[in-house]
Amino acid sequence: MIPGRQQPTNLEEFLEGLWKQNPVFVMVLGLCPALAVTVSAVNALAMGAATTFVLLGSALLVSLLRNFIPREVRIATYIVIIATFVTIVDYLIAAISLTVYEALGPFIQLIVVNCMILGRAEAHSSKNPPLRALTNALGMGLGFSLGLLALGSVREIFGSGSLFGIALFGADFQPWVVMLLPPGGFFVLGAWLLLFNWWRARTPAALKAAEVQSHG
Amino acid sequence: MADASLSQIFLATVLANNFVLAMFLGLCPFIGVSGRLNTALPMGAATTFVMLVASLCAYGLNYLVTAFGLEFLRLISYIVVIASAVQLVEMVLKKYSPTLFRALGIYLPLITTNCAILGVALFQTAREYSFIQALVFAIGAGVGFTLALVLMAGLRERLNLAIVPNVVQGAALSLMLAGLLSLAFMGFAGLGMGG
Repeated sequence: MIPGRQQPTNLEEFLEGLWKQNPVFVMVLGLCPALAVTVSAVNALAMGAATTFVLLGSALLVSLLRNFIPREVRIATYIVIIATFVTIVDYLIAAISLTVYEALGPFIQLIVVNCMILGRAEAHSSKNPPLRALTNALGMGLGFSLGLLALGSVREIFGSGSLFGIALFGADFQPWVVMLLPPGGFFVLGAWLLLFNWWRARTPAALKAAEVQSHG
Repeated sequence: MADASLSQIFLATVLANNFVLAMFLGLCPFIGVSGRLNTALPMGAATTFVMLVASLCAYGLNYLVTAFGLEFLRLISYIVVIASAVQLVEMVLKKYSPTLFRALGIYLPLITTNCAILGVALFQTAREYSFIQALVFAIGAGVGFTLALVLMAGLRERLNLAIVPNVVQGAALSLMLAGLLSLAFMGFAGLGMGG
């Protein structure tokens, strides 16, 4: 911990991932699964749940082992830990629902390379006791799921006229197919980011900070 | 898929199923490093090289892992091999081109967590490509990644001179741009699929 900085409470740790540092909308991390699997709300939820599980497992293990892992090999160790949990979740999903497993395909195994998970292990779990690491990981996981769900529902509503498989608009609805195709993913996420930027630019604190902030 | 011809595989991975624009793999470096043209090309080359090494190793590993009935170790062994390959590239670059090494910065070690690399290894396993097919697939994926990176960098260099509202700047703008690029690549759909 940085000396002199006040220790954040558990609630703050939890809310940080869920809202303030939301991995999808604020940090823009873990984009690959976020865009690839979110053609429907169900897929998005499944992916979110799988990621949260891996995040929790790896946070716990990394945090428990934080005093034993030599600094030089820490990244490799984290990746092996994460890969272990991803293998578990891969077999779990195949056992629970084969349809979801086939819909997500190789993207379950690609959770290993989700930069958000490695980022959490490096930046948080390796410096904090288990309970705190778990709280933060849960917040991040839920925040990520929330982001995926936001993407998935928009794309499913426009692309297939349904939500969670329930038709919304009746038989006359002409599906907006581009939403289900790759460009749709980019556009929807871009639009969400726009919305968030606009919303943040309107808070008084942000207006003050806007002068200092510079964009690449 | 296992009987697709080499040119089909190559064309399909470069254009129709472009890793970045159609399959959403390797988006982090795509958004992160595509700011300037002169870093985009080396980054693409480095990634292509790692893909090639990873694909070679993954083919051997898959053979071993299947022979011993240890399929659950596949993912872990792949990722360890990729991490070592990235380390190798990093050392070579540091020795022979320190300027480039500094320009790529944090994105070089991050190639390890580039989904596109692991994607190559996983897809070639899932599609049961032969050795030569896997190699062509890896090269195609690398070329496709470089193509997308260079195109995006060119667009963004132009965009730096344009006047854009504050709200749109940053990731939102890059994503919209990527969406348009992806839309253009949709025109290649079906290419290399026939036969």
